[in-house]
Amino acid sequence: MTYGPHTTADRQQMLAALGIDSIDALFADIPAAVQAHGLDLPPPLDELTLAHRLETLAARNRVGLASFLGAGAYRHHIPPTVDQILSRGEFYTSYTPYQPEISQGTLQTIYEYQSLIAELTGLDVVSASHYDGGAATAEAALMTVRATRRDRVLVSRAIHRHFLDTAATYFEGGRMTLEELPTLADGTTDLVALERELADTGRPVAGVLIGQPNAFGILEPMAEASRLAHAAGALFVAVVEPISLAVLAPPAEYEADIAVGEGQPLGIALQYGGPYLGLLAAKSDLVRQIPGRLVGRTTDVEGRRAYVMTLRAREQDIRRDKAASNICTNQALCALAATVYVATLGPHGLRDVAAGGAARAHELEQALAAAGAARVHTGAYLNEFAVTVPDARRVHAALLERDVLAGLQLADWYPDDPQLRDALLVCATEVTNSDDIERFATALREVLT
Amino acid sequence: MTAVGPAVARPDDPAVSEAGQPDAVEAGGARDPRAELGPRLAVGPSLQPTLAELSRPGRGSAKVPHPPADALERIPAAARRARPLGLPELNEPEVIRHFVNLSQLNFSVDTGFYPLGSCTMKFNPKINEWAARLPGFAALHPLAPDALAQGTLELLWNLERWLVEISGMSAATLQPAAGAHGELTGILMIRAYHLSRGDTERLEVIVPDSSHGTNPATASMAGFKTVTIPSNAEGQVDLAALTAALSPRTAAVMLTNPSTLGLFEKGIGEVLDAVHAAGALAYMDGANMNAILGKFKPGQAGFDVMHFNTHKTFSTPHGGGGPGAGPVAVNDKLAPFLPWPRVVREGEAFRLERAYERPSSIGRVRSYQGSVGVLVRAYAYLLAHGGSGLEQVSEDAVLAANYLRHRLADAYEMPYDQVSKHEFVASARRIKAETGVRMLDIAKRLIDYGYHPPTIYFPLIVEEGMLVEPTETESLETLDAFADALIEIAQEARRDPEVVTTAPHASPVRRLDEATAARQPDLHWRPMTGAEPVCPQ
Repeated sequence: MTYGPHTTADRQQMLAALGIDSIDALFADIPAAVQAHGLDLPPPLDELTLAHRLETLAARNRVGLASFLGAGAYRHHIPPTVDQILSRGEFYTSYTPYQPEISQGTLQTIYEYQSLIAELTGLDVVSASHYDGGAATAEAALMTVRATRRDRVLVSRAIHRHFLDTAATYFEGGRMTLEELPTLADGTTDLVALERELADTGRPVAGVLIGQPNAFGILEPMAEASRLAHAAGALFVAVVEPISLAVLAPPAEYEADIAVGEGQPLGIALQYGGPYLGLLAAKSDLVRQIPGRLVGRTTDVEGRRAYVMTLRAREQDIRRDKAASNICTNQALCALAATVYVATLGPHGLRDVAAGGAARAHELEQALAAAGAARVHTGAYLNEFAVTVPDARRVHAALLERDVLAGLQLADWYPDDPQLRDALLVCATEVTNSDDIERFATALREVLT
Repeated sequence: MTAVGPAVARPDDPAVSEAGQPDAVEAGGARDPRAELGPRLAVGPSLQPTLAELSRPGRGSAKVPHPPADALERIPAAARRARPLGLPELNEPEVIRHFVNLSQLNFSVDTGFYPLGSCTMKFNPKINEWAARLPGFAALHPLAPDALAQGTLELLWNLERWLVEISGMSAATLQPAAGAHGELTGILMIRAYHLSRGDTERLEVIVPDSSHGTNPATASMAGFKTVTIPSNAEGQVDLAALTAALSPRTAAVMLTNPSTLGLFEKGIGEVLDAVHAAGALAYMDGANMNAILGKFKPGQAGFDVMHFNTHKTFSTPHGGGGPGAGPVAVNDKLAPFLPWPRVVREGEAFRLERAYERPSSIGRVRSYQGSVGVLVRAYAYLLAHGGSGLEQVSEDAVLAANYLRHRLADAYEMPYDQVSKHEFVASARRIKAETGVRMLDIAKRLIDYGYHPPTIYFPLIVEEGMLVEPTETESLETLDAFADALIEIAQEARRDPEVVTTAPHASPVRRLDEATAARQPDLHWRPMTGAEPVCPQ
């Protein structure tokens, strides 16, 4: 099945206009020595057969379990408004709004996205999206290096493992270093260690990255960490979860210079990891360092309000090797999903989602404690926390057999940490119900006896 | 079409007249009579208020249960939000109408011809959208144990095999989230390759002057210095300039083939020999793969690494500017350095590779496994076409481009008048010299005729250039009508240049004040909170 409209007669008419009798004449510019002769691939499929093939594959995944797995990607109720709007061909089959006169739909939604994220974070300049939380974290770390002209970045070991790994890969190319900060038994980042590293004036620090909540689900002392970073002339980067910002202090309140995070919870399906949405917001004095698209409001020649991509001199197609980043494609459709999601829920709905998750998580904590799994850390959490069980690998597998997905085995991310050797990171959101929690607790009791 | 209602505009809103009333322009009032000049209009005429302007306190609809009042009492006060969240409050019908009306201000492939060169704006098949939304794919958690993810893992494993065959390489990663991300991945692998051989002095990446801006930007990001070489008069890599630039400091040469001028590099064999003789590796920017499926396999020809843009070649939606996916295929030299995790097959089962299994990997370039939802669509596209269908895609794309080039050859200059691949460059240099009308004006005038303009002023080396890419999914009637429109505009430029230089006339808004947008950035609907105004550039 192809989607081309040409009939044999159409093709012949075009060939005749070109004065050639075979399509091969149009490929004669490929030297014989490097010409390929077809593809060793299966034959085409009709639509019905294709649909069966894909349904069969999808059915081989198992998604109906009682799941307590989060670790940076969260199951939420996505109002059908989101997919209705994402399915508009006018949105999903257009491209980067290079021609603003016929792209006001995309441009205004990006402006609204910037406005909503600015409201959630309290920060003024919101990049019109990055690939995901990992790439946004890496870009933020690089921003601190460019902005301070220093080359050492400190990252709490309790930010999302994949974000940290991604930043480490991005840092491979330069002469910068990325150093991990330790955590304390309560699950927060060790601020004494932070202060000690910042005091090393021979190796000045560009930026300090800390998660709120962090990768253990624990709430960090952000204001204190931010104060320490600033006292040493470093920038402070908050790695946040956007739903939580409905109930937690916005990064601007603790004077973060940059906030980044994974935007998936804002109306984007889990999809085994992507496409997701990298959030990146910064104080206005960092606007020249911010990578990616920005949309601004202006007027047209008739004085009507209109939107346009702006401050383009930072970008790769203008600045080439001097650009702030190589990013070109952003995540416009994912940003649209986030915009429709937030518009549909509104401030009260978003708060209900965040607080509902917190309430369910507390219920989960009590149920698991009663079943024999106590918390690992003592710090306060929002909707995700770690528990210890004897032999986490065995317990996790045994629970899976009982259709319970018991979160993430933290030893996968922290193989050398004895405190986390038998830890399971579990989360609850507004979609978690009491039946699921009961099922988890009951199955856990069975497995532990 | 909905008119703008009595929205509460900001006092500084330029759309508000001195009397404090919103302009009536959008409300179906007097329009420029020249708007009628456009034969058809592919986008709606009405502008929209913002969500903030539509908001009224107390509106909204219950989408999730209200949590108990004490839900947050265990959160320390210091961590809690003190001030209420100032987000807009709307009910569902208003939300839908707002975004549907906004959508109608967009031009799109589903509404009209979009010959944006270098971007391959082909039709996005609807079954692909259906497939990506199947709950088995859409609801799968990225950290789900392998046993729960067998369907998606099998799909990804198969997709890698298809990309290996199409590229003529030996392995691929599906992790990069976009073409530029694929470039970064590829260049970091090249860096790791040289370092693994103790070759520490290779700090330069060579790109031709016709390259995409992402190529030099990627090289910088990966810590390399960019060396730019000129193209020759035929728009091809200048072998002498390349040979002169190559040295023991060269890590890689990045080439787009077919080039951004839509031309196949006829001397590619000699070019690749020269690159390898200097000990460097050859990177192919696969942006233009739509021209050469089954006709040229970069790996077989000697390229070491390439990326695909699934939203170009394999019909995944452009989405208004993303999300994309940028798989990277490599030969045996670079396979050890691919990002982890890859999908591994063991008998009939599939699993993700563990970190310790391939210590030479450059690591992750993003979280989780990639833009899997995009990759499902690309896989559906490949399965639908099969090997023969993919070859047909390239043949039809190349035929359409050459036909259009032929139709326009009298009205516009063709700086490289030779067989092109799937796109070609036309120039308005002569028209500008005679009439003062620029390619920008011609592009804007195309909007009045109901078309999305081609890419203009790229590649940078063509004066008053326009890069036209029709793709294989446009009918002969569409191609002819588009050619007629461009020929008519060339005549208008001589007859009535002002109608062209002031275009577009029929779009929802007309030319924008981009200078003010950059000088006084207004990036969200509240006044900026910073003490000092943003003052870039």
